[in-house]
Amino acid sequence: MNWILNMPILDTHLLSVLTFLPLVAVLILLFVKNEDFIRAITLITMVLVFIISIALVLGFDSSTHMMQFVEKGEWITALNINYHMGVDGISVLFILLTALIGWVCVLASWRAIDKRVKEFMICLLVMQTAMTGVFCSLDFFLFYIFWEVMLIPMYLIIGVWGGPRRVYAAVKFFLYTLAGSILMLVGVIALYFAGGETFDIQKLMAIDYSFGFQVFVFILFFLAFAIKVPMFPFHTWLPDAHVQAPTAGSIILAGVLLKMGTYGFLRFSLPMFPDASQYFAWPIIVISLIGIIYGAFLALSQEDMKKLIAYSSVSHMGFITMGIFLFNTDGLEGAILQMFNHGITTGALFLCVGLIYERTHSRELSTYGWAARRTPGYAVFLFIFVLASLGFPGTNGFIGEILILFGAYAQYKMYVFYILIGVVLGAAYILNMFKRVAFGEDPHHPNNEIKVWDIGFRETISLTAFLIFVLWIGFQPMPFLEIMHESVVHLISQVGVDPETGRAVLEAVVENVNAIDAVDATAIEAVVDVAGEVTP
Amino acid sequence: MIEALIDIRPLLAILVSAIALPLIWASAKKPNLREFWSYFCGVVMFLIIISMLPFVISGGVVEYTVLTVLPGIEFKLRADALGMLFAMTASFLWIVTTTYSIGYMRGLNEHAQTRFFACFAIAVSSAIGVAFSANLFTLYLFYEILSVMTYPLVAHNEDAAAWDGGKKYMIYLLGLSKTALLAAIVITYMTTGTMDFAPGGIFTTSMPSMLVILSFALFIIGFGKAGLMPFHNWLPSAMVAPTPVSALLHAVAVVKVGVFSVVKVLLFIFGVDVLAHFSLGTPLAVVASFTIITASVIALTKNDLKARLAYSTVSQLSYIVLGVALLNPNGITGSILHIGNHAFSKITLFFCAGSIYVASKIKKIDELNGIAKKMPYTMAAFTIGSFSMIGVPVAAGFTTKWYLALGAVDSGSTGFLIVLLVSTVLNAAYFMPIIFRAYFKEPAEGVDLSGVREHPWVALPLSLTAVISLVIGVYPDLFLSLIERVVS
Repeated sequence: MNWILNMPILDTHLLSVLTFLPLVAVLILLFVKNEDFIRAITLITMVLVFIISIALVLGFDSSTHMMQFVEKGEWITALNINYHMGVDGISVLFILLTALIGWVCVLASWRAIDKRVKEFMICLLVMQTAMTGVFCSLDFFLFYIFWEVMLIPMYLIIGVWGGPRRVYAAVKFFLYTLAGSILMLVGVIALYFAGGETFDIQKLMAIDYSFGFQVFVFILFFLAFAIKVPMFPFHTWLPDAHVQAPTAGSIILAGVLLKMGTYGFLRFSLPMFPDASQYFAWPIIVISLIGIIYGAFLALSQEDMKKLIAYSSVSHMGFITMGIFLFNTDGLEGAILQMFNHGITTGALFLCVGLIYERTHSRELSTYGWAARRTPGYAVFLFIFVLASLGFPGTNGFIGEILILFGAYAQYKMYVFYILIGVVLGAAYILNMFKRVAFGEDPHHPNNEIKVWDIGFRETISLTAFLIFVLWIGFQPMPFLEIMHESVVHLISQVGVDPETGRAVLEAVVENVNAIDAVDATAIEAVVDVAGEVTP
Repeated sequence: MIEALIDIRPLLAILVSAIALPLIWASAKKPNLREFWSYFCGVVMFLIIISMLPFVISGGVVEYTVLTVLPGIEFKLRADALGMLFAMTASFLWIVTTTYSIGYMRGLNEHAQTRFFACFAIAVSSAIGVAFSANLFTLYLFYEILSVMTYPLVAHNEDAAAWDGGKKYMIYLLGLSKTALLAAIVITYMTTGTMDFAPGGIFTTSMPSMLVILSFALFIIGFGKAGLMPFHNWLPSAMVAPTPVSALLHAVAVVKVGVFSVVKVLLFIFGVDVLAHFSLGTPLAVVASFTIITASVIALTKNDLKARLAYSTVSQLSYIVLGVALLNPNGITGSILHIGNHAFSKITLFFCAGSIYVASKIKKIDELNGIAKKMPYTMAAFTIGSFSMIGVPVAAGFTTKWYLALGAVDSGSTGFLIVLLVSTVLNAAYFMPIIFRAYFKEPAEGVDLSGVREHPWVALPLSLTAVISLVIGVYPDLFLSLIERVVS
């Protein structure tokens, strides 16, 4: 696919094209009236974006952690704001994920959305631009703009095309996320001044901030990202948003938006505030574990299929935040892979909910039970995604899970057992869901009279796209891990921990002590003495 | 040095079911064609496995690496002597069970027969996959597929009892494997850096004892399919399944996968030396002995024929665990021999239970009085199977008990010898009354046996397995020559 990278404009502005192509489509859509044309144009744009993103991944050089496909131009010189884009091994995977989710969402809303089609497609396209932009930005100002732009189309998607309680859900979603972003804005401004009046993310990473400052900004960023993930106890907006959102909204929400928070941890919190990250790692791991188990228990008791998957996301995202704050290679790679996996698997599960909702107009588990008999093709797909969600060997979920388990074991052995409680609960709720969807129908239920039909061509295509990634990562995860490997190694070196275990390195502690101002020589000697006793 | 042949046949044997699946599905409307595919694939699978036998007996292994998942974690198959023994037994019995299933399912006019045969094919393939797995990852993969794909078989009747049994089945098997087994695999990989099975084990005596003991406990608990007490309760509940399922899966494939995995891990991950060094053999042998005796006592109290057989299975499985836990060649020989012996004998007994049910709808033991006159083949086979379970000479079970007794003597512990003797008495106590009732008592009041006839499709396979139970008792050399390769 190198010819794509060598095409004019694309050879120098690949990321810009990828980001703004959907906006160009929006301009075209403004002049189109026929609804099928609108759908077709959106689909073609999204497919183009997907193809370019594949070319981007194939052209990506995984032997270095440096930013690639960099574009830089002056923008607001008075404030030292630049248009600066680039990708590394961590972000490039999420651009691929975003592009994949993009066209699947168009297919998922092909017939499901029948009012205000043009506005809906415009929302999807703007969303696509904003999400890709977030993953590409290397300038904080630019990043923040994309970050905020994401809010509006998502608010509209939930609030206009959602279920009966859509306005409540949309406002709740908006307020929660806005509160987080405002805190982040304070942090960004603080960084701007502390880093010598620059928004350049790479420059800001290179600066050694004082511990107190790190803690301050880390907390601000943490709140913003924790709401976005969402981590326990900031997760309450998620079930409402998911349940009320239309299928495409849920897929975007689960597939990409939830990744924004964890991406923020990886891109900003860890490299910029390494000492604060280490300082807060322990409490964050504890609330991740609480989230894993609490989310799983909530999912166990749900009657609403969408709510069940929403709570399962809380549990699964707990694995990811845990993996990130383990700071070792296995844990981080597992977490990043699991972010990708969660996008694929949960996206697919929400698509499955959407398909069955289109047929029955019900999300209650008690109204199903006939899927295996009346829609066997659908049941087979759902079954494989259920297996992927519970971490069945041979699916993507297993690889991510086992890497996080390896990482947890290396950091602190007992973590493995806490995680496994969540793993086994995960199997329980998701298998129970599948059983109630596929088997054991109530022969007297009025819904049995409803006409249902098995998945069609359009639906098979989108489900197959997800299925390919489930099995591909399940059996051959190495290509994905190789892409991120160098960046992960670099990230760990920025945090300054031992890459095998993720524990603090003793020399680093001594160095930190050295760096503190106004430390007298005897104190350093004392520390070195202690270090000498610990490491003979 | 073991000679390793790189060959795709282990994978082909497993993939046969993948080919069978669409064929079975496509011919759902033509039962005869559908059952032909089941047969055809069973035969092909058996032939592929048998074709590797001469090479394996001569001391080689057949290996095939399908792909590398992560560094050190491969999807890799290896047909060695231990795996061959299990794979041969399972694939041969699949053919027999298919014959039986046709008689049983059609005799009762069961629903969802296509789903039944399709899941059956996958379940057998997964069992073969476990038999041929070259490392823990591959074993775990097939182990989990087996758990999930047998669920529709257990819950086949789709009534309240079936859902309850199925739920228990999943909670026990998946719950244990997801928690304990996965943890054990993580510990193994993180401490040794590999997941490969190696003769003599990959653990060393220099490892920290806490870690070895912990992973040992996790492995034993994790393999819930082995039915060791207190994690045996799923097995009696799973008896709500149709009898062919109980027969093949809960006398052969599923439970044998459990004990096979235990044997494999004890011999090829820990190794006899490590187990002896950390003195882990005796505690396991004590747990196994407890299970043997307790399950036999519970079996005595059951009036439902299948429930009695289920508890008998729990008890007999622990012979296999006990044999390995004795940690000497005779014990291990007896243990592995019992994988095959118990398979043939117990499947005979389940076939008989099903045969009686199809012909007369009788499930209770106290209604069996005088049934032998109406069902001579069935009850003759049942008698042979029971004798094998008890360990009467000539029947297959005798060779097992012989080697186990030798092993118990070699281990220098009279306690385990007493356990064997007591359990033999108990076996006789719960099987002999059934035989006595069937042959020598007049039919109970209110039970009408006048219309009872054996179904030929049912009677044929059970006679066959009964005869084989005798043949391998008289002539155990094929199994023994394979076991020699494992023990040496």
